[in-house]
Amino acid sequence: MKTIASMTIAGMLLTTSLMSSDLVKGDGSSFVLPINQTWAKAYYKATGKQVQYNGGGSGKGIKDTVARLVDFGGTDAPLTPKAQRKYKILQFPVIIGATVLAYNLPNIKSSDLKLTDKAIVAIAEGKVQYWDNSMIGAINQNLHLPHKKIIFVRRSDASGTTWNFTYFLSSISREWRKKYGVKKSINWPGNNLGGKGNPGVSSIIKQTPYSIGYIEYAYAEESHAKVATVENKDGFFVKPCMKTFQAAATEANFDPKKGFYAVIGYSKGKDSYPLIASTFIIMPKEKIDTDKKITAFYSWVFDNGSNMAKKLKYIPLPKSLTDKIKKYWKYNGVY
Amino acid sequence: MLSKEYIFKRVAFLSATLILFILASIFIMLFIQAKPAMEKYGIHFLFDKSWNKTVIIEEKNPSNSKINVSVSKKIQNNMDIDEDENLFADDDMPGIDSENQDETSVKTDTVFGGFIPIVGTILSTFIAMFFAVPLSMGTAVFLSEIAPKQFVKPIGVAIELLAAIPSIIYGMWGLFYFAPIVQKIFGGSQISLLSAGLVLGIMILPFMSAITRDSLNATPNVLKESAYALGATQFEIVKDIVFPYAKVGIIGSIILSLGRALGETMAVAFLIGSVFRLPHSLTDPSISIPVVLANNFGEANNEMLSSLYYLSFVLFVFSFVIIGMAKFYFLRKKR
Amino acid sequence: MKNLKINNSDFTRNKRLLVNKIILGLSVSSAVLALIFLFWILVTLFIKGVTAFSLSLFFKDLVDNGFRNLIIGQFVMATLATLIGVPIGIMAGIYLREYGNGKYANVIRDLSDIMMSAPSIVIGAFVFAVLVVPMGGINGWAGTVALAIMLIPIVVNTTDNMLCLVPKELREAGIALGAGKYRVILDIILRAAKTGLMTGILLAFARIIGETAPLLFTSGTNSFWTIDMNNAFPSITVSIYNLANFPTDKARNLAWTASFILTVIVLLINLSGRLATQKREKR
Repeated sequence: MKTIASMTIAGMLLTTSLMSSDLVKGDGSSFVLPINQTWAKAYYKATGKQVQYNGGGSGKGIKDTVARLVDFGGTDAPLTPKAQRKYKILQFPVIIGATVLAYNLPNIKSSDLKLTDKAIVAIAEGKVQYWDNSMIGAINQNLHLPHKKIIFVRRSDASGTTWNFTYFLSSISREWRKKYGVKKSINWPGNNLGGKGNPGVSSIIKQTPYSIGYIEYAYAEESHAKVATVENKDGFFVKPCMKTFQAAATEANFDPKKGFYAVIGYSKGKDSYPLIASTFIIMPKEKIDTDKKITAFYSWVFDNGSNMAKKLKYIPLPKSLTDKIKKYWKYNGVY
Repeated sequence: MLSKEYIFKRVAFLSATLILFILASIFIMLFIQAKPAMEKYGIHFLFDKSWNKTVIIEEKNPSNSKINVSVSKKIQNNMDIDEDENLFADDDMPGIDSENQDETSVKTDTVFGGFIPIVGTILSTFIAMFFAVPLSMGTAVFLSEIAPKQFVKPIGVAIELLAAIPSIIYGMWGLFYFAPIVQKIFGGSQISLLSAGLVLGIMILPFMSAITRDSLNATPNVLKESAYALGATQFEIVKDIVFPYAKVGIIGSIILSLGRALGETMAVAFLIGSVFRLPHSLTDPSISIPVVLANNFGEANNEMLSSLYYLSFVLFVFSFVIIGMAKFYFLRKKR
Repeated sequence: MKNLKINNSDFTRNKRLLVNKIILGLSVSSAVLALIFLFWILVTLFIKGVTAFSLSLFFKDLVDNGFRNLIIGQFVMATLATLIGVPIGIMAGIYLREYGNGKYANVIRDLSDIMMSAPSIVIGAFVFAVLVVPMGGINGWAGTVALAIMLIPIVVNTTDNMLCLVPKELREAGIALGAGKYRVILDIILRAAKTGLMTGILLAFARIIGETAPLLFTSGTNSFWTIDMNNAFPSITVSIYNLANFPTDKARNLAWTASFILTVIVLLINLSGRLATQKREKR
């Protein structure tokens, strides 16, 4: 017994590589967490360099980066050019992803549930309280919707996903914009539960029948959640899938002069999925050395990470954009 | 004189004093960190149901709200990062500019109150005690009076192994295996005060049994033997001789276990739901102080952090008082 | 002593015997129920944990779905905490038992006992304020200190109890031979209490190696192999917590397997501590 134990321990220690000091650490958006971690693993295998990215929500990512507590932050709520100047932050997008409305309705298959844009606002506002309300039922005549209370699942932490979702809601409804606005964290009305990070919300939806909430698409895939077909800006009902994500992404317009500040959701096009968003990486301007390590990582990602991104149903940035990003890095002396 | 004897005694004294120092430091540091929240909310914090609620401050009375303004100004600076500029200024929605400006000039404040976690802590602990006390007493009586000699040791060790299992394991097992059964029997939600309380009870069961058993064992055999000689049944021995003799120790063990249960985090975190709502029934999800701390500490901004420390301080003082009571009044060892 | 209701009538006797049987039954059931919970948890752990178990888990880090860095990280922090906490705890226990002059010693003893049951998450909050914030981020030192703070009262308690058991005669004999007090303590008393102390330390070690709350926001965890204590340090307990909250089946299965391994380690340390005591006692 003792010999087995000591041999295992010896084995564990012997198989370790020498201490690595190339570590860069970041935190923030859980929207980008699955793909960031996948890229980091692959990068580690390819180069032995460690990139550590944890979740915590876009709010934390911004706060920690501004406070220089981490080397970089991930956020789906981009910093305005004014904020970038004020906090001396560099910012660039790395991926585009989609937010879906995941629901837990027994007996209703994924994508079968159709939601108009107004219905989504009404659910988020708590104005529609039961699943069989006419706002939902009218366009889902073929489904048997139960007379059960809707449990709306939202984020309990400061979240870029929330920011992008409330942007969508504000674009649809003047009233929402006035009352709640576009924020990373709001006081949700109605019957709702809060989850921490995309994983938290995803877990709650999975365990709570008759719930519905907004999560990044990769989480819906991973937890086998059912996702709703939603109405886009042009009035068409689109399923969340690569085709509709890409259709929406082509409308995106990023300007390096603004630090790539852009909100790309709710775009035109009959095939466009209305809830796409971009995740940005932010880093302190003055930390040239660590910034170079970060740009090295994302440069590798732009060249090698597209297939991994597509597998998780994210939309990789087009080459025209990644070229602009590389120029931006060079211009700021961090490439 | 620096004889070895003197040095040794000094080191021993300093080590013992270090403990006092650590304890005092904990009190002081918690208090210092909690002070901003204590000053802002006062005792009202303990009865306030809001958490992370944004309220609008009215500036009608300049003299009255001087303090308010300065506090909210500090908060404004903190939230600068969160301000979203003119998102819809160049939109097809006319007249948004002025509305936006109206909103950003309203000063808001974020309010925290600890009532819900405090209630959750108290309720979950009570459920735990309700469940654990009879079982512990029964188990302790079994080990002390009833079990045949050869079973006492192995069963005793088994119960102590139950105590050695890390609390996070209780949380996971409880979430996936015990909570569904609780739901089948009592209805309501799987993730609830009841599930959390029951698993908490299972956790403190071995602790309470061990201390109770020691108290029961301390009863002099002479007393028991005389009673047997007089023809008493085992139950009567326990009821009329052992329990009264060990009464003080038993009450002490109950109170000590209560103190332990108050501070338990991991077993409760998985099962209580982390929902900031006052439960309407025991099968509703809620939250407790340790779980609030576990969920929010890593990502709290200064506002929330002070409130979290306020809760920590309350919990620490409360546990200290309860455990102290158990020790000072009931569990005095004969020295 | 309360009155014993002794009555020679058959009815009362049968009633008393019946009540006795019922209560004894309840008592036995309680113990059995406790044992059922124990076995239920262990069996569940075994079933869920063994399915994904393989020796390769010990040679890969979490980034590769292994636990090597987590196990080593947890051990490193627990060991360092023990190295810090044991000398302090033993010396404090020695003070309480051998040099203590009444009031002061009793107060410290009681305070130490109270700290044994203090909420571990509050200790994490304390260390967050004194170590994490000044050092600029979560780090392994903070986690180690948090564990040490939890360990010291346990060691004090054990030392206090074990030294109490050492018979007075040994002390008197040592002093009669002319040895200084500290020599008596070091050479005679500690040696006599050695077994009990070792067991106590081992049990304390087993307890802190299973802790999660004090590490959550002091040292966090880390998926990569690292021995850099200035950053987030790998911890198997915190990783189990993170993995269990992830909605994917893959993450949850990892959590179960890690839980299984952790429990086996903790129980083995526990049992070996007890067995060591028994072996010595039989000598």
